[in-house]
Amino acid sequence: MTLGLFYFFAFIAIAGALGMLLNTRNTVAGALSLVATMCALGAIYVLLDAYLIGALQIMVYAGAILVLFLFVVMLLNLRQDAFVGARFAKPLFWTLAAAALAAGFLALLPGAFGPPAEIPSDFGGYRAVGAELFTDYVLAFEVTSLLLLSAMIGAVILAKRKIDG
Amino acid sequence: MELQVVFKLLFIVLVIMAAFLPLITWVERKQSAVMQDRIGANRADVLGITALGLLHPAADVVKLLTKEDVVPAGANRWIHQLAPVIALVPAIITLAVIPYGGAYQLDGWVLNLVVADIDWGMLYVFAVGSIATYGAVMAGWASNSNWGLLGSMRASAQMISYEVTMGLSLVGLFMVFDSLRLTEIAQAQDATFRIFGFLELLGMAVPGWLAWLQLPSWGVFLQPLGFILFLTCIMAENKRPPFDAPEGESELVAGYHMEYSGMRFGLFYTAEFLEVPVIGMIVTTLFLGGWSIPWLSQAEIIGGLTPALGVTFATVLCMVLHVVSFLLKVIVMIWLQMALRWTLPRFRYDQVMDLCWKMILPISIANAFVTGGVILLLERVG
Amino acid sequence: MIPITHAVALSGILFLLGVLGALTRRNLIVILMSIELMLNAVNLALVAFARQWGNQAGQLFVLMVIVVAAAEVAVGLGIVLSLFRNRESVNVEDASLLKW
Repeated sequence: MTLGLFYFFAFIAIAGALGMLLNTRNTVAGALSLVATMCALGAIYVLLDAYLIGALQIMVYAGAILVLFLFVVMLLNLRQDAFVGARFAKPLFWTLAAAALAAGFLALLPGAFGPPAEIPSDFGGYRAVGAELFTDYVLAFEVTSLLLLSAMIGAVILAKRKIDG
Repeated sequence: MELQVVFKLLFIVLVIMAAFLPLITWVERKQSAVMQDRIGANRADVLGITALGLLHPAADVVKLLTKEDVVPAGANRWIHQLAPVIALVPAIITLAVIPYGGAYQLDGWVLNLVVADIDWGMLYVFAVGSIATYGAVMAGWASNSNWGLLGSMRASAQMISYEVTMGLSLVGLFMVFDSLRLTEIAQAQDATFRIFGFLELLGMAVPGWLAWLQLPSWGVFLQPLGFILFLTCIMAENKRPPFDAPEGESELVAGYHMEYSGMRFGLFYTAEFLEVPVIGMIVTTLFLGGWSIPWLSQAEIIGGLTPALGVTFATVLCMVLHVVSFLLKVIVMIWLQMALRWTLPRFRYDQVMDLCWKMILPISIANAFVTGGVILLLERVG
Repeated sequence: MIPITHAVALSGILFLLGVLGALTRRNLIVILMSIELMLNAVNLALVAFARQWGNQAGQLFVLMVIVVAAAEVAVGLGIVLSLFRNRESVNVEDASLLKW
């Protein structure tokens, strides 16, 4: 049952990614299929016992970051770039080669890992993750707040129109 | 187990959606009419019997189903058709985590009147609420019209801003109840606290006659500022008037859902009116004690009724009382939202954004600080 | 339960799709979205291994990656807006002055 759900969401994730990739007529539709990918990934995180991260993925990634993308796409009202099949050839070849290599590695994996570890019942919940974040990794947390502040300042400066006079 | 979930889902669909929704369109018209000193819509009749305008919701549905479905020329057809669905679905699936009753012991099995009792319930509500942004965004853009695009720009900026403050204004409440699980929050409000209990902090014992003054430990009494902030934020998030600048009827000719007709507009209409009871239910669960009856905890009710009726029947009666209490509180919240709608004029768009970032955000952070300080103080003392 | 190979395979597929998008598309916004897709693929691998070893630090790292991605998107889209204002286009081939 869990595995069936995983296949379902994996299918949506890949379909959304392909929709974003192959869509040259309409950038907004591409961004919206990426939203589908993000939501599917959030669901997969919940299936992998990462409840807080799954909720945050949907809240932050699907609910804010991609809205920002959509905003910019709608504001700029872009011309579409034409689909040039020839441009895909070489990267596609090397990507498939990389995929073949990765598949080769993956074939070796099942023996290498063994079953998943036993986890406490509140693994991945907001309490456990929050406790670890604010005790062991509080420095990283504070540094990310500085990072967000600098990103905010940078974004405002870059996007501001010059005020003449 | 599965049968339980099916029954609870049926309750939600049949009672809350199918019964509440038409009622709320009727309340909207009648309450606004009464507040504006007029009669309101009362012409829809069946064989000459007008039931105080209660047939108007049915008439609305028939009208919307029979209208022509117009897709504007040059609009993106798929996105145009998908947008109302994305606006409606989050409002419906939020209902899955809201408890409309407590946990009842019935003959050895526990009946928990909530469809999905997840540990991170409020996070689920926030996550699902942020998906609703896409309905407004897609609708305006896909309509290929100026007013639509302007409305959807305003809607998306407003919705993502108020999501932030919606979460922050609840931080104090989560600290007080120490949980994100909606059933636990509702359960914790099924008690009372002494108003003059703070005298123990100052080292004085509370005299008997003052200890008798007790308030139910509802969120609205423990976090009054949080209640006001959260109510504002969730009304703004769902674009309820007075925060309906994105669909400002006098400025933008219906804004982002302008190019929708027939049942597609009906879906937007349904989404907007479904959000009214959903807001009411969330605020009731978090702040107004959920399903609990003030000053009478569940144990007291069952204990009081058992001698007369036997344990099982007393539990069932208590369950019915709790569900009725929940629905009554939701109705009060719906009345409050309608009253706010027809009392306050629409905020200008820059006033809406100023309110979020310059007023609600600092105040909610200060609320979280003060709440944390008081909780630490109480722990240190007692 | 979900076998680790399945999650890592999905992560690999998404990452490769992201790389393909970043290499072949000329629209700057699509390139940024492909970078987001790559970051998400990495997040999935981190969460899967956090589950496999029972170590929550993987999930905390995902939190940091999400924060960094949000910051990067904000600044990146600011750059896109500036570029659009100067050149009326977001095609990266129109911004190739530094290419020899």
